[in-house]
Amino acid sequence: MITLTHYLVLSAILFVIGLVGVIRRKNLLMLFFSTEILLNAVNIGFVAIGNFYADLTGQMFAFFIIAVAASEVAVGLGLLVFWYKKEGSIDLDTLQRMKG
Amino acid sequence: MEKYVYIALFAPLVGSLFAAIFGASPKKLFVGIVTSGLLFVSWLASITLLMNVHGEHTIHVKMMDWIAAGGFDLDFGFMADQVSIIMMVTVTTVSTLVHVYSIGYMDHDKGFNRYFSYLSAFVFSMMILVMSDNFLGLFIGWEGVGVCSWLLIGHWYFKEDVSTDVNPAISPSYAANEAFVMNRIADLGMLIGIFMIYWHLGSLNYDVVFANIGTLSGGTITAIGIFLFIGAMGKSAQFPLHTWLANAMEGPTPVSALIHAATMVTAGVYLVIRSNEIYMLIPNVGYFIACLGAFVAVFAASMALVNMELKRIIAYSTLSQLGYMFVAAGLGAYWIALFHLMAHAFFKSVLFLGAGNVMHAMDDERYINKMGGLGKSMPWTMGIMTVASTALAGIWPLAGFFSKDKILETAFAEHNYILWVMLWMGAGMTAYYSFRLIMMVFFGKKNYGAEKHPHEAYTFVIIAMLPLAVLAVIAGFFEHSFMHYVTQVLPEYHPHVSTGTFIFLLVVTLGIALSGIALAIIKFSKGNFDDFFRKIGVHKVLSNQYFIPQFYADKIVKPYGALSRLAWKIDMKIVDATVDMIAGVIYKTGDKARWMQSGNLSNNLRWMVFGLVILLLLAVIYRPGM
Repeated sequence: MITLTHYLVLSAILFVIGLVGVIRRKNLLMLFFSTEILLNAVNIGFVAIGNFYADLTGQMFAFFIIAVAASEVAVGLGLLVFWYKKEGSIDLDTLQRMKG
Repeated sequence: MEKYVYIALFAPLVGSLFAAIFGASPKKLFVGIVTSGLLFVSWLASITLLMNVHGEHTIHVKMMDWIAAGGFDLDFGFMADQVSIIMMVTVTTVSTLVHVYSIGYMDHDKGFNRYFSYLSAFVFSMMILVMSDNFLGLFIGWEGVGVCSWLLIGHWYFKEDVSTDVNPAISPSYAANEAFVMNRIADLGMLIGIFMIYWHLGSLNYDVVFANIGTLSGGTITAIGIFLFIGAMGKSAQFPLHTWLANAMEGPTPVSALIHAATMVTAGVYLVIRSNEIYMLIPNVGYFIACLGAFVAVFAASMALVNMELKRIIAYSTLSQLGYMFVAAGLGAYWIALFHLMAHAFFKSVLFLGAGNVMHAMDDERYINKMGGLGKSMPWTMGIMTVASTALAGIWPLAGFFSKDKILETAFAEHNYILWVMLWMGAGMTAYYSFRLIMMVFFGKKNYGAEKHPHEAYTFVIIAMLPLAVLAVIAGFFEHSFMHYVTQVLPEYHPHVSTGTFIFLLVVTLGIALSGIALAIIKFSKGNFDDFFRKIGVHKVLSNQYFIPQFYADKIVKPYGALSRLAWKIDMKIVDATVDMIAGVIYKTGDKARWMQSGNLSNNLRWMVFGLVILLLLAVIYRPGM
């Protein structure tokens, strides 16, 4: 029997994976992947809890997040391509224009 | 009629604002003309009111609700009763002519436009002061004239503050501050008086206050009377708050004529006259006012006896005459005080304006022992000043005779013979120093170098002075109509003396005035008479103003300065140090944490995660309601 706890544990594990990816990775493309994992971890949480309370709001919100994530990736990838054409690299450490 | 009240009140304000537009630009003649014109309009409105207000038909206008907070309800209201109107007419008459005079006097001044802006603002404040129908409005005007006085005394603020060896007088900016601070002390007293009135009566409107003042206990009324009079003492420069008036002579001479002779300094007298219903209930305070007035009348006149500065002599004379007014007001002869106030405004302002002509002609020379023989080159000024001095000395048939004689008569009729003797002596001294001044300035031998070429003032300046001189001559003849007019609101008062006594008093008073004049003329036509005072050993005391300014400087200003410096140190060590420490801690924290902002996105992301973890932990640890 798969209970709410299982879903939430999965969500937490995915979230931690995403978080580690955000911290460790230097490649911008990998960062986008990590961000997607983070968002989907949250989505699982929303859907699971929404189902548990028999409330559609959680699932609706998950759809919102999917839509926002899609547009975010579209814009982000566009910028990424532009940046690559300009600098020849998508390494995070090369993006240092605002050092205080 | 209401519109005339507004015109009289606001025409000077319009003039002031108009002149202020050009405040920073070079001299523009039309600024002077426009402000003078608006003052003339104000004068016309005042005269119209004078013609139309009589009996019970006083005008009361409510401009707007002013303050309505809790139980405190006050209108911004004005009234034109007989006393206000007399003050309005006096103020606008003198100030219109002084404005015209100033166009000539300030001809070469860089601050010409600024000067006119201040001068008109002063008239506006003075109008508020005399027209307000409540104590708070009066206080607003009271402070307004104080500010304008400060601005105008300090008109030449850029003059250096030199040591007293070089210039025994002080700098205009110092004088302005002194006047302001001195008035602040007195205003505190007045404010307390106003608070007390409100506290006990719940209103500040004259009508309400005077109708109910009798319900208070004697002690309270006495306290109110005393505190209000403290305010009057500051504005009217009565002892011991008198030192600022002589120093205020550092301002331009027309300012001295308008503010420090004719109008502002009489505001204290006006306050006592206006509050007559309070002072009538407390004759003891009234008696004290009269005694102080008589003391100042003699005290100030004695300082004028030996002083060498042209304007200071006249300033002391103003002080002394204010003392006379307070004697009359203190003894309950309010209409006589008001009458002397009006007459004095005319002859004293024209005396000052004459002094301004003389100083202008002598390249701003201020010492009369460096003048002499100016009568030939300035006949008109000499004539006008002689007339004004004669009026001041109280010689029949000039204005001063009627008003001053009435005050002496009052003192005698009230059986205050000591007061009478003091005033009588004061009258003698007044006559002496006035004509000492005339003799030393206009007659005798020349005491100035050939590099100076005294000349008569512009014709229009002389013409502006003439109406005042004429009023100084004829004002006395309006005594009866004046009395009938103002006693419609003021209590009637007639000194009761028998005809024989009356004639005796008349002869004695005229006698001492004439002998004062004669003494001055005879002695100074032969040479300087000041040595007489040196011989009897009072010259030093008198010329140092009884060492009072010195005493204030040593015994009050210095300890206060030391105390202030001590307080400043405490402030620096404790209050400032605390504030600085807080700022320092925040600054240092920021400085230490700067390395976090490396600009590396990866680092930033790590910090973000770190922050998120902390927030999550906090959310777990701190759960309200669990």
